Amino acid sequence: MGRHTPLFKLHQELGARIVDFGGWDMPVQYSSQIGEHHAVRRAAGVFDVSHMCVVDLRGARVRALLQQLLANDVAKLQTPGKALYSCMLNERGGVVDDTIVYYLSDSWFRAVVNAGTRDKDLAWIRRHAQLHSVEVTERTDLAMLAIQGPEGRAKAVQLLAGADAGAALALPTFVGRELGGWFVARTGYTGEDGFEIMMPVAHAVPAWRKLNSLGVASCGLGARDTLRLEAGMNLYGNDMDENTQPFESGLGWTVAMEPHERAFIGREALAAIARAGSPRKLVGLLLEDRGVLRSHQRVVIPGGGEGEITSGTFSPTLERSIAFARVPAGSGDAVQVDIRGKLLNARVVKPPFVRFGKSLAKSLVS
Amino acid sequence: MSNVPADLKYNKSHEWVRTLADGTVEIGITDHAQHALGDLVFVEVPEAGRVLKAGEPCAVVESVKAASDVYAPLAGEVTAGNPRLSDEPETVNTDPYGEGWLMRLRPAPGALTGAALLSAADYQKVLDAEGG
Repeated sequence: MGRHTPLFKLHQELGARIVDFGGWDMPVQYSSQIGEHHAVRRAAGVFDVSHMCVVDLRGARVRALLQQLLANDVAKLQTPGKALYSCMLNERGGVVDDTIVYYLSDSWFRAVVNAGTRDKDLAWIRRHAQLHSVEVTERTDLAMLAIQGPEGRAKAVQLLAGADAGAALALPTFVGRELGGWFVARTGYTGEDGFEIMMPVAHAVPAWRKLNSLGVASCGLGARDTLRLEAGMNLYGNDMDENTQPFESGLGWTVAMEPHERAFIGREALAAIARAGSPRKLVGLLLEDRGVLRSHQRVVIPGGGEGEITSGTFSPTLERSIAFARVPAGSGDAVQVDIRGKLLNARVVKPPFVRFGKSLAKSLVS
Repeated sequence: MSNVPADLKYNKSHEWVRTLADGTVEIGITDHAQHALGDLVFVEVPEAGRVLKAGEPCAVVESVKAASDVYAPLAGEVTAGNPRLSDEPETVNTDPYGEGWLMRLRPAPGALTGAALLSAADYQKVLDAEGG
């Protein structure tokens, strides 16, 4: 048996199919994965993301710690509540994990890291935090709900008292703040507007039931995966890991090489790769033939060379298969994918595939 | 509870077999199987003329989540793959024992009587044992 979030019994009661995810028993779908996907694109859905690891970092030198630990630069965070997406790298430039960090005050940052990498991440963070006398606290007292979709924010604020609701609606994108004892952030992993809300464990079940009563659909990890892939967002363990670096993972934009004196872990390795040019790149694929792209399928490059699909699925919005693939840097815009021995045609595109409910497939292929 | 029609034969890997008036058989996946797989988005069926051995992977059904093989419940030659499924794979979800059939097969001599197929009651026991 895996670990359970505070919502586990409710998921069972709601008829969810439960699967193992990084050591946690999590709902993969309630009724229909495609139905849940469309609910988020067209209206609103709620996800239990309490399995993710919320870590508070407190101390006078917390900014210095994060400037060493993260490939992106927390110096970009100047307004309290502002969030930053970043990779934590090892010395070889490989990705230890990806994380979102919130700047709460000059002595308090909050990081959210992946469930499956929790123990490794905490050990890594603690090891470096010690040197900066930064206190590391895992917030197991908090549950986290993601309410996503064009109607997500309007529904979610009905959980809050009047003044707090107005303040939540006023949050800019990628900013969070403490409201009525909850931490409400305008972030997500679906390509739609919405909130991620951290709340005391005891509040999670009533909040979920209230959202359901407001017409917000219960959504599982299956829909979360198709939504994030359509939105062009990486999944740790699939699209990058300790043996791949950001430049070959579509994450070059998250690496802050300036200012050059900031000595973050992995910097030297990345600088060498940047000078030579990354030999591989992560691209989006649209399957032109019938079939479904899946992770680990072989990508054949015309004129020689091979790549591999890192994440693939059927896109409910585009009604065709999409994927991320790691391919040689010089690959062109037409490739083939080996699906059960047949070579099918796919087009190389720049993700995202879908943004704010709109298919970008036409502009992707034009 | 899954629907298990009494007039069909089954095997443990969740395929069903219907004997047609002309002696050929129709093959599909059970209601339990389609439910376990979830929304189907792609179905690959064999072409007419392909000769199958019992237990051989002969079709692929793919949900959003994963691809799953379908195994030939008995030996024979494929007479038709269901042409509808290339455009409407979800038919397997909505009508697994009817319009969602996967293929028709002319059984090899003795294959139908020799195959260790299960009755509806015995297949139900398999499901009960799986907790389904």
